Order: sequence, then C-alpha cells, then structure tokens
Amino acid sequence: MITIKNLHATINGKEILKGLNLTVNAGEIHAIMGPNGAGKSTLASVLAGREDYEVTEGTVDFDGTDLLEMDTEDRAREGLFLAFQYPVEIPGVSNINFLRTAINEIREYKGKEAMSAKEFMAMVREKSALVELDPKLASRSVNEGFSGGEKKRNEIFQMAMLEPKLSILDETDSGLDIDALRIVANGVNTLKSDKNATIIITHYQRLLDHIIPDFVHVLYDGKIVKTGPKELALELEEKGYDWIKEEMAL
Amino acid sequence: MKIAMLEGLAPTSILLDEKELNSAQETLATNQLPTTRMEAWKYTRVAKLGKTKYVLSEDDTVSSIDTYKISSSATTFVFVNGHFSEELSSDEIPEGVSISPLSACMEGEIDSTNLVLEGELFNALNTAFLTDGILIDVDAKTTLEQPIQILHILKGEASLSNFKTIIHAGDFSKAEIIQGFFAEDADKAFANVTSEIRIGQNAFLTINKVQYEAENTSHISTEQVDQGKDSTFTINTITLNGGLVRNNLNIAVIGENCTTNLNGAYLLKGKQHIDNHTVVDHKVPNCNSNELYKGVIDESATAVFNGKVFVRKDAQKINAFQSNGNVLMSDNASVNSKPELEIYADDVKCSHGSTTGQLDEEAVFYLRARGLSEKSARKLMVSAFIGDVLDKIENEDVLNFTHKLLKDRFAWDFE
Ligand SMILES: Nc1ncnc2c1ncn2[C@@H]1O[C@H](COP(=O)(O)OP(=O)(O)OP(=O)(O)O)[C@@H](O)[C@H]1O
Ligand SMILES: [Mg+2]
Repeated sequence: MITIKNLHATINGKEILKGLNLTVNAGEIHAIMGPNGAGKSTLASVLAGREDYEVTEGTVDFDGTDLLEMDTEDRAREGLFLAFQYPVEIPGVSNINFLRTAINEIREYKGKEAMSAKEFMAMVREKSALVELDPKLASRSVNEGFSGGEKKRNEIFQMAMLEPKLSILDETDSGLDIDALRIVANGVNTLKSDKNATIIITHYQRLLDHIIPDFVHVLYDGKIVKTGPKELALELEEKGYDWIKEEMAL
Repeated sequence: MKIAMLEGLAPTSILLDEKELNSAQETLATNQLPTTRMEAWKYTRVAKLGKTKYVLSEDDTVSSIDTYKISSSATTFVFVNGHFSEELSSDEIPEGVSISPLSACMEGEIDSTNLVLEGELFNALNTAFLTDGILIDVDAKTTLEQPIQILHILKGEASLSNFKTIIHAGDFSKAEIIQGFFAEDADKAFANVTSEIRIGQNAFLTINKVQYEAENTSHISTEQVDQGKDSTFTINTITLNGGLVRNNLNIAVIGENCTTNLNGAYLLKGKQHIDNHTVVDHKVPNCNSNELYKGVIDESATAVFNGKVFVRKDAQKINAFQSNGNVLMSDNASVNSKPELEIYADDVKCSHGSTTGQLDEEAVFYLRARGLSEKSARKLMVSAFIGDVLDKIENEDVLNFTHKLLKDRFAWDFE
C-alpha cells in the first residue's frame, strides 16, 4: 500500500525526518510510538502534503503512484486520510456541507457520479451512529466549540464517511475517556478490511488493547529504529525509551 | 473656484427648494474636490473624478431589466442615468404609499432639507444638477406586503447621474426598499446619489442595497437618516462591483427606544476601491445600534471602513455594537479600518472591534486533506466569513440575487 524509503524532511531548515523507512501493506495495522518531538506528526504531515515541510531526500510510493508529487487534495482523493492530532476549528463551515463537497469532488476525480442528497444523508446517519457522534454535532461548524473528545470522534466520523485506503491516526486516543476510546476503536475495527490499512500514532498501550496492531514501530530522532510485534508497545509503556537509546548506542 | 467637471452641465430642472439650490451653488463655488489631506477622504482619492468630462446623458432606457431585477414580486421603479423610465417601471402602486418621480413633483412637494450641503461637495453637486429621483411616502399605520424596488442603471461613456431618493416612513408603518445599482456599457460613468430618509414613530424600515456597477465606474452615495422614537431601521449594503465606491451613511437617532442595524458586505478584486463611512449619532437615551461590516479583498483592491458612533451627553442606556472584519486574499490587497467611538454619556454599553487577516491556512489545509480542491476550500471559508453578514438579509430574493452575482463575478457558488 505505502512504501516509504529513506525519507528526509526539514522545516525552516531544521531536519526532522532523517532517513525514515516504512512499508505498510493492505489489511495491516501499524502502530508508531516514540518520544515527544521524535517526528511522528511530522511524518503524518509530510505524507498528507503539508507545504511547510520540505522533503530533501527519499521516496514514497502509494499504491503505485509517487505520493510526494501530488497535491494534498489529490492524496486524499487517492485514499489517504489523516486524523489530525490537533483538529482545527472552522467557524461557519458546516461539517456535513464540507464533507458533501469533499465526497463529490473525490467522486468527480474518480469519474463517478455525484452522490444524491438522500444517499448522503443516509450515510451521515449510518456513520455518525458508528462513532456515536451526536447528529447535531455532525451538522455544526467544523469542530467549533467541540470538546477535545468530540473533535477526535469527529475525525473518525470523517474517516468513516470518506472510506480511505490508508488512514493515519495521529494521537486520536489522547484526550479520550475510556468509553470514547472504545467507540473510536470500534469504528476503526469495523472499517478495517483486507483492502485498507491503518497507521496509529500513539503514546499509550491502552488504545492497542482495542485495536490490535500487526506491527509496532519506534520512531526516534526522525527514524524508525525498532520494529516488533504488539508486545513491544507494552514494553515501551513499562520501560520508556531509554533502553532503546542504549540499544542504539551499541 | 471653478471645478472642471462642472463646466457645461445644465442646472437641475427638478423643483427643489430655492434655498437648498442656492446653498448648493454656494458650496460648489467655494469648495474644491476633497483631497486625501482631508480626514474624511484620507484613504479615498477622488481627483480623477474632477478630471473626467462628464455628460448628463439623455440616454434613458435599456432594452431589458431582466438581469437587474432583484425581486420579481416588488413594485419596481427604473432609472437609467438618473432618468425615470416609465415603460420599464411598474404601473401599479400598492395602496398605502404614494410614489412619484421627483420630476413629476410640484413646487413645494419635495421636502429635501435634511441633507448637509455646506462643505459637502458631492451633495451640492447632486442637488444643483439633480437628474431625477424618487419620492416614497409610506402612509402611517401601513404595512407594505411587497418591497419597493428601485433600480438604477448607469449607461454610456462618462455619464453622470445625480440621483436622489426621498423616503418618508409614516408612524407605525412597515416597509422594505430594495435599491439596485447597475451599469450597462458604462465607461467611466459616475453615479452621485443622495438619500433622505425620515422614519416616523414606531415605524420599521429596511433597505437592502445592492451595488453592482462596473470596474471603471464611480459611485458616491450619502444616506441621511432621521430616526423617530420607537423606530427600527435596518440597512444592508452589499457591494460586489464598482471601481470607486464611497458610501456615506449618516444616521441621526433623535427619538428614544430606537434600534439601528447597519450591515455591510463587500467583495472586491481588480483595482476596485470601496469606502464605507458610517456615522450613528445617538442623541437620546435608550437605543440600540448594531453594526457589522465584513469584506473580502482580492488582487490589488483596497477597502476603507470608517465607522463612527457618537453617544451624546445625556444619551444614557445606549447599547452600541460595531464590528468590521476583513480578509485579504492577496499580498497586494489592502484595507484601512477605523472604528471610532465618541462617548459623552456614562451609562452606556459600547463595543467596537476591527480585524484584518488572511484566511486561516491551517483550515484550508485541513479541508484539502479531506479532498476539497484548494479553490473550494477557500470558497467555503470566504462564504463562511461573509455569511455572518448575508445571514442578516431576511429577503430571500435579495439573498439569492447576491449569490448569483457572487457566482457571476467571482465564480463562487455558495449554495
Ligand atoms: N515550524 C517548526 N520550526 C522548527 N521546528 C519545528 C517546527 N515544527 C515542528 N518542529 C519540531 O519538529 C520536531 C518534531 O515534531 P513532531 O510534531 O513531529 O513531534 P511528535 O513526534 O509528533 O511529538 P509529540 O509526541 O509531542 O506529538 C519537534 O522537535 C518540533 O519542535
Ligand atoms: Mg505529534
């Protein structure tokens, strides 16, 4: 699905990603953990096409296309989805209005017919139920006045609406209470298929109790420095990252 | 002093008050065009108006008004270059209101003594060379079911229209006036417009004003409004085209318990320049005024907002709210925004604010990351921004017409 090779990226001349390699196949769930400032969100932003970052080296192949050559919207239209660590509030822009525009622009891009209002509303009902998002929130301004947890749920709602191939969830679990965590996990698990894949960026093992990853990676200082099975997450939570630093020094 | 643009213009034949005419002549004889050294004209250059050789065009008809009709149900009066077009206007006038072009008024019928002429060159020009205008007199205790629509079309090269609207809203009356200003093959034309509006006790008057002239036309208008007690006055000014546009809105709140709503939306591109100057003068206690102006300025266009609120001594218990927001869509776009409060009473609630910025790029990125094109993302954000003002327009026809113009001019479809 996605193959990242030797990715280097800078912001304001400062190198953040320093030769990152990662391959994710369809049907897989990958967790990325790592200390604050390691570059996890940077990776997510670079993949989504944020223009503040400059890719200085490396390649990213997304299902046979050169991801780095595409505009942000085309990446989304090709099936890349990023659940933001800090979802922005957009006063005056209604959640479902913009989603409808998004879905229809994606359909147009793929040469498909626009979705009817009826079909769309049925989908809104189905998907908001899936993530137990109050339908009133679905029609309000994007994230405006939402609580932290509501914002995260709204991200998963949008993911459910857009049915992406590859979802990157950047700390979607932070700020969620236990119930919300279960709901979000349930959403991700329900949407999981052998045709899509998920990258979960997290600091906590608890989300991974609900969403079982196939691989856990440690991102440290701009690189993936260790990859292991789901048990690695437990070990990281218990022992922190110092032992990895020591391992690396060897 | 002689002003070049006045040469060869024939004085008005409208039967205005003799004293008014004399005072207009006096102003024209003793004043020059405003310069940017004058505080009120600091950011708006009108020198080029003085250099244009205007003609009082006799061309008084257009082939169709279909594209200019803002409301299809309104009683419509059409003026081309300021001249009344009987054939394009409605022939039936609803009950409870008398409406007449000024050219059909007898001596003494036109009560136009509200306008400040002293030192106000454009008002004086309007008076001394008045082309025509309209007098609307809404009877007391009358509610007009349909709006009255005044369409003004500038046409031809260097045409000058001096146009005047007089509105008397009788006590306990309720009415809506739609004003549309358009241009048709109008090169360097100039609409110089005045309005004198008197709102009676407990009357409701709403004006929806849509300005959609051309990129090389000029438009200067002054609305002089007197609000009687317990009245509600609302004016929504939507400016979407016009090379140089200056709107002076002077509201004198002279009766207690009044509500005044001033809303404005302006979207500019090219080299357009739009200047909204508003004054709300709270002379008496217990009144509310709300002012919301928002602008989106693209390319090398410039906007000016100057909003003054006076709260006079003894005008206690005034709530005055004023806000101006601007979004700059390009590096060359600019805005000068100056909200001003002058308060001489102590028991008042007043607030004002002004913001100017770019669109939130984080939000644009967020929307694009969901699959929206950059253009759609910006469009959505602009529409959300300006939507606050458009939401104030209650008349669906005016709103739909505005959306259509936005689509025509900016290819923005806000549905
Ligand atoms: N505009 C910027 N200019 C300079 N440095 C920046 C800029 N933006 C981010 N950085 C730096 O990039 C590094 C990586 O940040 P990033 O947000 O990717 O970390 P992270 O792994 O997601 O951390 P966290 O766990 O706290 O979310 C940090 O050291 C951060 O300070
Ligand atoms: Mg992060």
